[in-house]
Amino acid sequence: MDQAALETARTIIEKWRPKKGNLIMILHDVQDAFGYIPPDIARYLARTLHIPLARIYEVLTFYHYFKLQPPGKYKISVCMGTACYLKGSPSLLQELKNILNVEEGQTTKDGMFYLESVRCLGCCGLSPALAVNETVHGTLTKSDVIDIVSQYAKEA
Amino acid sequence: MIIATINGIPVHVAEGTTILEAARQVQVKIPTLCHHPDLPPTAACGICIVKVQGSNKMLRACCTPIEEGMNILTHDPEIVEVRRTVLELILSNHPNDCLKCGRNQSCELQNLAAAFGIREELFPKFISGIPKDDSTNAFVIDPDKCIHCGRCIEICQELQQVWALSFLGRGFSSRFAPAAGMRLVESPCVECGQCSSHCPTGAIFELDETVKVWQKLQDPDNYCVVQIAPSVRVAIGEAFGMPPGTNMTGKLYTVLRRLGFKAVFDTSFAADVTVME
Amino acid sequence: MITKTVLIKDTTPGSTSGTKEFFDVFTAALRESKLADEIRLVRAADIGVYNHGIVLKILPDNITYANVQHHDIKRIIGVTLKHGNPIKDLLYQPRAYQLRLVLKNCGRIDPESIDDYIAHDGYRALSAALQAGPDTVIREITASGLRGRGGGGFPTGLKWSMTRSTPGNEKYMICNADEGDPGAYMDRSVLEGDPHAVIEGMLIAGFAIGASQGYFYIRAEYPLAIERVQKAIDQAHAYGLVGERIFGSDFSMDLEIRLGAGAFVCGEETALIASIEGKRGTPSPRPPYPSVKGLWGKPTCINNVETLANVPSIIRNGSAWFSRIGTENSKGTKVFAVTGKVRNSGLIEVPMGTTLRDIVFEIGGGTASGKRFKAVQTGGPSGGVIPEHLLDTPVDYDNLQKLGSIMGSGGMIVMDEDDCMVDIAKFYLKFCVDESCGKCAPCRIGGYQMLNLLENISRGNATLEDLERLRLIAKAMQKASLCGLGQTAANPVLSTLRYFEDEYREHILNRRCPSKKCTALLQFIIDRSRCKKCGLCARSCPEKAITGDKEHGYTIDTARCINCGMCFETCKFGAVERN
Ligand SMILES: Cc1cc2nc3c(=O)[nH]c(=O)nc-3n(C[C@H](O)[C@H](O)[C@H](O)COP(=O)(O)O)c2cc1C
Ligand code: SF4
Ligand code: SF4
Ligand code: FES
Ligand code: FES
Repeated sequence: MDQAALETARTIIEKWRPKKGNLIMILHDVQDAFGYIPPDIARYLARTLHIPLARIYEVLTFYHYFKLQPPGKYKISVCMGTACYLKGSPSLLQELKNILNVEEGQTTKDGMFYLESVRCLGCCGLSPALAVNETVHGTLTKSDVIDIVSQYAKEA
Repeated sequence: MIIATINGIPVHVAEGTTILEAARQVQVKIPTLCHHPDLPPTAACGICIVKVQGSNKMLRACCTPIEEGMNILTHDPEIVEVRRTVLELILSNHPNDCLKCGRNQSCELQNLAAAFGIREELFPKFISGIPKDDSTNAFVIDPDKCIHCGRCIEICQELQQVWALSFLGRGFSSRFAPAAGMRLVESPCVECGQCSSHCPTGAIFELDETVKVWQKLQDPDNYCVVQIAPSVRVAIGEAFGMPPGTNMTGKLYTVLRRLGFKAVFDTSFAADVTVME
Repeated sequence: MITKTVLIKDTTPGSTSGTKEFFDVFTAALRESKLADEIRLVRAADIGVYNHGIVLKILPDNITYANVQHHDIKRIIGVTLKHGNPIKDLLYQPRAYQLRLVLKNCGRIDPESIDDYIAHDGYRALSAALQAGPDTVIREITASGLRGRGGGGFPTGLKWSMTRSTPGNEKYMICNADEGDPGAYMDRSVLEGDPHAVIEGMLIAGFAIGASQGYFYIRAEYPLAIERVQKAIDQAHAYGLVGERIFGSDFSMDLEIRLGAGAFVCGEETALIASIEGKRGTPSPRPPYPSVKGLWGKPTCINNVETLANVPSIIRNGSAWFSRIGTENSKGTKVFAVTGKVRNSGLIEVPMGTTLRDIVFEIGGGTASGKRFKAVQTGGPSGGVIPEHLLDTPVDYDNLQKLGSIMGSGGMIVMDEDDCMVDIAKFYLKFCVDESCGKCAPCRIGGYQMLNLLENISRGNATLEDLERLRLIAKAMQKASLCGLGQTAANPVLSTLRYFEDEYREHILNRRCPSKKCTALLQFIIDRSRCKKCGLCARSCPEKAITGDKEHGYTIDTARCINCGMCFETCKFGAVERN
């Protein structure tokens, strides 16, 4: 584990140490800092907070928000909320799987795109919708998908 | 004191007594699966459900304290049907491995299936096919046989405070596994054996090397000796139907000799030496 | 010169071409009155009024007439177009269907300014509550008839008094902002639009039950809500409204945010508590209830965002004011997120007792496509569908439950004839299977088995006995699951079975999906008469199941077709048919 990462983790721990019920908040901050929960950091948390490693991993694998693998540069979140589902988001997801050649929860080989499905982006008026990192693209059809992907691929 | 009835039979029990305990007191048997008398209830299986008259909800007998004036009904066609369906569901997620299983004939799931007279499978089988973990010399972990009762985890985490075992993931793909998904041998496991002795099924079972021992005993090139732990002399009797605690030292030595061991050592000898020093 | 424009639209549900004749009659009448050069008629695409027959909007007068008949044309020309006077009996009168109590401030005040909130009566209720004392507060809330908006509908006053009466000097107040129903965002809008109202509700609740610490449990997926709530807490802190000796009284209470992490089951009270404690969010048996043994073993009260947002106005205006709104057993208003195949999707707030028909057709404007309405789904994954013939049901906790659905947190999804009920059931059940915590057998395995059965039905691989199996598992899940998730997960299946069993049977017996949604049951064929022999479909087919050439046209080899539907979407001439 490099020194900078250790320092980041230490700052997060110190911020939360006095609070009760801090494990999940610490994990959130770690994920915000690193993009995922690196195994080294998980072990470091266990040691420093005196929380069994088993507890940390049973929590990490329970909550789908936490990622155990580094995410791609662009995170594509396809909304599978009810409104988007009804208006055809499954076909968007399928199209992305075809284009990117990954399954949900996977990152493309070049580390560029991470694909996931989420529940309701909160913009059901724009359904079907997907978000790339924080940018929402709405009222999509299957044929829009390739344009979006290539737009980001070009930017990179 | 709480006064209530179970199937019309009056019960008088202390406050905080569960419906299950109260029923035992008046010889009413409520089937259970995940419950273990040594452990706090995990309430995981849903087999022990009962009705309170006047409500169509069903309560878990193993973890619900009986309340003043409750009229509990433990059996009716609807309750039995729900219990049976739940059992069928559990069986649909459990391999039919009984003949080859270490827990054959001492398995709580097997007993329950027999008690319900299960003869056919109502639902298709879905088994995850997670490989066994025999990394230690003590146990074999076979996650496919786990019914998620949670006993081993309760024991390992809360009672023994070892934290070698945990549930990972969630939902249908959740599984019990050593910490962080490592192999048991790399986990903090101290091989205390509490998990395996409380597991209702063959999901955690002591590594069985009987066959290997037979082979060694029959190999003329081997000189076989045996050493027994101090507790065995008083524990083994139970397996042969003697009252618990019967001292079997003499019989045990004889039997080991007859099996073919050339020398029998006793750990208590070394213990005695230590004490004398 | 054109002086007036008349927009015309036929808003009868399902009608698309009704205005042509009307338009012609009107044009002729204008010509007769020699007004053809001054008045322009336009067939509008959308006027903003729905289900009111032919609607006219006259500009620039901005007069809207509804349910206009042919014989009204003369009057309209004579009175309105010539002299600019309105005709009373034709005027469109929008009914005030909505009543905004919870959403009152949303969009009207600056959610990031505590001063703005205070200028709109903010924190007056807290001050009044502190003076009145906890018992009076609980009495008021009980008398108001407020019930929990998180889905269960438990009486809020009763919950507070139970937590208050448990002995203990350390108690906790939790605001449940986990909003897990996919396709619903009521709580988020309140937190983002009026965070101080929820904080004020929290403080009043905390005061009533005797709590010294409160937590907001917010979904991590709501970054703006989290930011706004944190800002609002900080502002309130600076004003002495949160923290030590609030308003100079003996009452002290701190507020903090805790985040969810993508687990629907953490909306369940005991799971939520476990999650704050830093554990897996698995529910535990109740009793003991949180009001007795909750967070860190201490008495705890959990309320939903919308419930708490109702509290300040009840304290300010009195319980009698609140209990006049709504129905016998359900008081006040409810916020719904109306989405799906509805024309006006969005957040609405209506008094309890508003009929579903008014919500779907008057406020929502009916189906967006103009296609036939099929059902409306309430209660999200724990709820059920309600078909057309029951739309006149007034919405309240008890009515919805009787229909096999639940009020839920306020998701309301409109479905039209293109939506297949087997598919809908599958969608919701899949959600519950994904979100099941896995602790108890009925939910963990039952959900999975049911999903498998539904998948078989949607592929035409099922028998009628499978319907019985579905019912059997559903019953076991309802009765033997540990928490609300498992107990209600079968509702979408049971309610679609209850109202649309025919659709299930059609899939099973005739291997046909009437809504053409279940692709495995579809057959794709090329209609020769419409085919332009362009060959696009053949190139799009991933299985090379389409053969032919530009001369002879193309055909689909059904044996090789995998029903992906690529050709159907590719063909520009509508020559690929789905049956
Ligand atoms: C699986 C499940 C999910 C739930 N999700 C939520 C939720 O997202 N938000 C919420 O306020 N209540 C949710 N509830 C209901 C809460 O458990 C609880 O009843 C509610 O927050 C109490 O507040 P109220 O009385 O103000 O409604 C859920 C319940 C269950 C069983
Ligand atoms: S391994 Fe055995 S004891 Fe542990 S949860 Fe599974 S069935 Fe229960
Ligand atoms: S009903 Fe489902 S979500 Fe609830 S405890 Fe059981 S497995 Fe977990
Ligand atoms: S359902 Fe997709 S944004 Fe709400
Ligand atoms: S024995 Fe009660 S839930 Fe398993």
